[in-house]
This record gives sequence, C-alpha cells and structure tokens, in this order.
Amino acid sequence: MGFFIETIIAGLMSGVLYALIALGFVLIYKASGVFNFAQGAMVLFAALAMARLQEHMPWPLAFLLAFAIMVVLAWLIERLVLRHLINQEGVTLLMATLGVAYFLEGLGQMVWGDDIYPIDLGMPKQPTIMLESLIPGGILVSNEDLIAAGSAAALVALLTLFFQKSGVGRALRAVADDHQAAQSIGIPLSRMWVIVWSIAGLVALVTGMIWGSKLGVQFSLSLIALKGLPVVILGGLTSVPGAIVGGLIVGLGEKLAEVYLGPLLGGGIESWFAYLLALLVLLARPQGLFGERIIDRV
Amino acid sequence: MLYRENGQFKTRYVDDAQIFPIRQDRLFIGAVLLIAFVAVPLLGSDYLLRALLVPFLILALAAIGLNVLVGYCGQISLGTGAFMAVGAYAAFNLMVRLPGMPLLIALVLGGLIAALAGMVFGLPSLRIRGLYLAVATLAAQFFSDWVFAHVPWLTNGSSSGSVTAPQLQVFGFVIDSPIRKYLFCLAILSVLALLVKNLVRGRKGREWMATRDMDVAASVIGISPVRAKLSAFAVSSFIVGIAGALWAFVHLGSWEPAAFNIDLSLKLLFMIIIGGLGSVMGSLFGAAFIVLLPIFLNRLLSFLGLQASTSFISHLELMTFGVLIVLFLIAEPHGMAKLWSTAKNKLRLWPFPH
Repeated sequence: MGFFIETIIAGLMSGVLYALIALGFVLIYKASGVFNFAQGAMVLFAALAMARLQEHMPWPLAFLLAFAIMVVLAWLIERLVLRHLINQEGVTLLMATLGVAYFLEGLGQMVWGDDIYPIDLGMPKQPTIMLESLIPGGILVSNEDLIAAGSAAALVALLTLFFQKSGVGRALRAVADDHQAAQSIGIPLSRMWVIVWSIAGLVALVTGMIWGSKLGVQFSLSLIALKGLPVVILGGLTSVPGAIVGGLIVGLGEKLAEVYLGPLLGGGIESWFAYLLALLVLLARPQGLFGERIIDRV
Repeated sequence: MLYRENGQFKTRYVDDAQIFPIRQDRLFIGAVLLIAFVAVPLLGSDYLLRALLVPFLILALAAIGLNVLVGYCGQISLGTGAFMAVGAYAAFNLMVRLPGMPLLIALVLGGLIAALAGMVFGLPSLRIRGLYLAVATLAAQFFSDWVFAHVPWLTNGSSSGSVTAPQLQVFGFVIDSPIRKYLFCLAILSVLALLVKNLVRGRKGREWMATRDMDVAASVIGISPVRAKLSAFAVSSFIVGIAGALWAFVHLGSWEPAAFNIDLSLKLLFMIIIGGLGSVMGSLFGAAFIVLLPIFLNRLLSFLGLQASTSFISHLELMTFGVLIVLFLIAEPHGMAKLWSTAKNKLRLWPFPH
C-alpha cells in the first residue's frame, strides 16, 4: 500500500512538471495560434543561462537575469520570425518554431557550454517520511519534489490571477479569442505576442530550473518538450486547466504503467505510453479533455 | 523563347494526357535521366557517390513518400521515421528468415508491411486533424523506437535491435560498390517517382487534393474521406518503407532503431517544406538541400580557415540550419518548387517579355 501511494505521489510530481511544459505550449497557442515546438529548446536555453549565471551570483539574481534574457529572446522571436509569418498556415508556423528550436539549441550550447551543469537552489535533499502511523513503514516523499510541485502550483496560480485580473491579462485573453476583434479595439497585437512569449519564457525558465536542479542541466532537457506534447493534446490545445489536469494524468499514468505494466513488456514504456493515452482520449474526444469544441466534420 | 509550347499542337486526347505535355520538359527530363544514369556513374568519384548521392536519392524517395501524405493529402505526419523503420526491419526479417528471398521482392513486401502500419497509425486521422494529428503521429515514432529495441522477435533476436544487412543481390549482380549502390537507388527512385507523379494526376491524387483543400466539399461530391486519407497513408508509407529499407540496407549497412529516430522524421518534413509541398520535384530539391547543407557548412568553415572544435561546428550547424529554415519560410513559404515554376514561367517569355 505504501509503495502504491509512493508511486502515485511520484507520478503526480512528474505530472506537475509535464503540466508546466504543456502550459508553455498552451499559452503561446492560445495567444498566437503558433504550435511552439521550440518550448523544449527554450527550457534548455533558460536553464543553461540560469545554471551558468548562478556560478557568479546568488540564484535569485541569476533567475532575474535569465528571465531578462528570455524577454529579449521573446522580443527577437516576434520581431524577426513571427512578424514575417502572419497569416501563414499552421504547419508553416510549426516548422518555423522548429527552426527556432534548432537555433536556440545551437546558440545555447555555444554560448553557455555543453556540459552538465548543476543548479543549486539550496533545497533540502533528504526525504521526509509521512503517515507513519497509518501505513507500516510510512511513505517516503522527497522534500525537493514537494517544493518543486509547490512552486509550480504557485506559478500556475499567479498566471491565472494575471490572466483573470490584470489589464494586460484581459488583453491577452481578448487576443486569444479573436485576433481581429482585439486589434480593432486597439490592442497592439505584436506587443501582446512579445508578452506571451516572455511568459512562456518564464514558464520555460521555471521548468528548466526545477528539472535542472533535480537532474542537472544538459542537452536532454530539450527533449522533455516531447513529453509535453501528449499532455497538450490530452488536455486540449486551448485550455490552461487542461494542461494542468493533462499533465497530472500523464505523469500518474506513466508512473503506474511503468511500475505495473513495464515488467511485463520489457521496460522503458514511459517513452510512448503518454502518447497512447493521449490517442485513446482523442478517439473519444477529438478536441482533448478541455479543449474548445470546434464543430467541424472530419 | 527556349521554353515555349507554341507550335506543339495536341491533336489526340493521348497527347493531352501526357505526364509532361511540353516537349522541352520531356527533353529536360530525358537529359537529366541520361546524365544521372550514364554520366554521373562514369565521372563521379566514389566519395561523391557513396557519401552524397546515395543518401540524397534515398532521402528524396522518402521525401516523395511523405509529400504524398502531407503535400497532397494534407495530413501532417511527424512519424515518418517509424514507417522507414518498419520497412527496414520488415525487409530485413524477410531476407533473413526466408533464405533465397530476392531483394526486390523483400523491398516491396517491406513497403507493403510499412503501408499496413501506416494505415493503422493513420486511423486517428479519421477523427482528428491538423496539429492534433501531427502529435498523434508522434505516437508511431516513439512506439517504433521502443518496439524495435525491446521485442527481439522483430530483430531476429539481436539485442537492442542492432542488425546488419544481408548481402544484396539483384538479378545476379551483387550490390557492393558505390556505383552499383547508386544505380540501384536511382532506378528505384525513378520508378517510384514516376509512379507517384502518375498517381497524383489521376483519380486518386485528385481525391487526395480535394480532401486536403476542403474535406466537407470533397465528401459532398462523393469522395469518401476515409478511403482518401487511408489510401494516402498507405501509399505514403509504402514508399517511405521502401526508402527506409534502402536507407538501412544500402546506405547504413548495419543499423539500430535509433537510426530512424525523430530527427530523421523532422528532417524529412523540412525537406518537403523547403522543397515545396505537393510537388515531386520539390521533394528532390528539398532532399538535395538538406543533404548538402552540412557538407557545405563544413567546407565553408575550412575555407575560411577557422579551426573550430567539432562541438563548435555541430552547434554552428544547428544554428545555421535553424536560421536557414526560418529564412526560407519567410522568403518563400511555398518552397523551392515554387521558385522552379516561377523560373519556368519567366523562361516562357524570355528574352522578349512583351
């Protein structure tokens, strides 16, 4: 029983991280209709920047500086790439973000180096044992994971508040709803895109920071974006709560499958199980769990 | 002036239905084929044939296959590598388990098995489309990466799925030298490219294009979207599967599942986007571009006298690749095939445009 609960907790913890990646996708897709394949590269880039800057300064300062870099990056992407691709088809934009992803992966490793770098946030490493009175042996929970999940949840809450309450957030939601209508009432589209890409950069930075402090910052970080994709389509491309719930479902399902089905199938099924899960959901609900229902015949 | 169809009267319906209705096109294609089949093998060095032309031909074939699906039928696929892997491993199993199996038949059967796999993973396209479908096809990619590494039966019991191609032989000729490899790939590419070119002009191709342009309208005029989409997946995967088998047998020699990973799938997608969606010629251009780019960059660096570490070069390669892709998408979103047709239109009037 204790092991089962531990598995569930571990699954939910990695689910939170998947949710963060998915959140980056959803934010950009909603605001600009771009399916941002570069989210993984952004995670890598931000984490590398953070890790290397942190060698010279305390981590909060490094965090702020890395965020500033991501904002500049967002501005550049809008200015140099997106602005020229307005009104192109979805697949063209997807390809463009792939180009951006390649560029960022190359640039990040060229500027910041291509070793494995640690990020030390001073989080307690030793695990806590919980619920000893209920279950023999108790449940082992890593403090690091708890803090990571907590900060991820805080970020999501902050973003929700920002989107619901602030003026800029309202404008962003307007843009997401209808580009033309938003523009016609005087919302500057290009500035909104910079803002939303910056926010996606912030999300990438937090993801990279949490993930990097667990496993070290390295190239494979950019591959976790591929883990975010099934989450996004599971939850629905246009839904923020969908990204979060989808992330938790995928994280949980993946861990349970790995632990209970993995030995039967020879292990390593984590790599595709999430996709299978997403496919099954899509067959029943083509718009994802929470996606906007676009009525059209397929 | 040179490229003008004046005076070429079409007096029979057969004339009107030719693949290349303009005489200059026929001459051009004939010349290209002649150069490719005769001049290149005579003049090309082994390095050129082995390191450049063979990969180019095979990737071009795969790109043509993918273009059937993405360019003509409008279904985005990020899982091309998976179908290449299916074709490669299927042909491998056929060759190894059935002694005396001729190579060509193994290739075709491998392609057919890949087509079957393509249809299975194409099933979601009946329910979902666009970006959702693109992500769904990634399922094929990751599943194949895993299945060939973990199910020993599929790889004839080899651990981690790394296998070596058996000896290749066609009609008594052993395909071992670069020239023979080149000619073999060229022959297959020519036949299949012609097949696709014909297919997309015919009933099936028009069904695909109608489905791509507007599926509701297509089904109103009596095109079954199920059959159009699944046949596109099947034909595309068939060609891609054969390309995969060639890639494994002829180019790599021995390979493991990672040879067909997502990088390859993305590269193929780049080829057809840069080359031009919905164009056989464009697939060739795109493949040439992607194969030549890293070599060109390498040469450029050494030409400039930059002594750089290999990691620096590989990062620079990534960056240049990214920049070029974005530039290309901005400058010519319809790809090189569009440039090609613009050039042809200009040539019609050249040198007296008025």
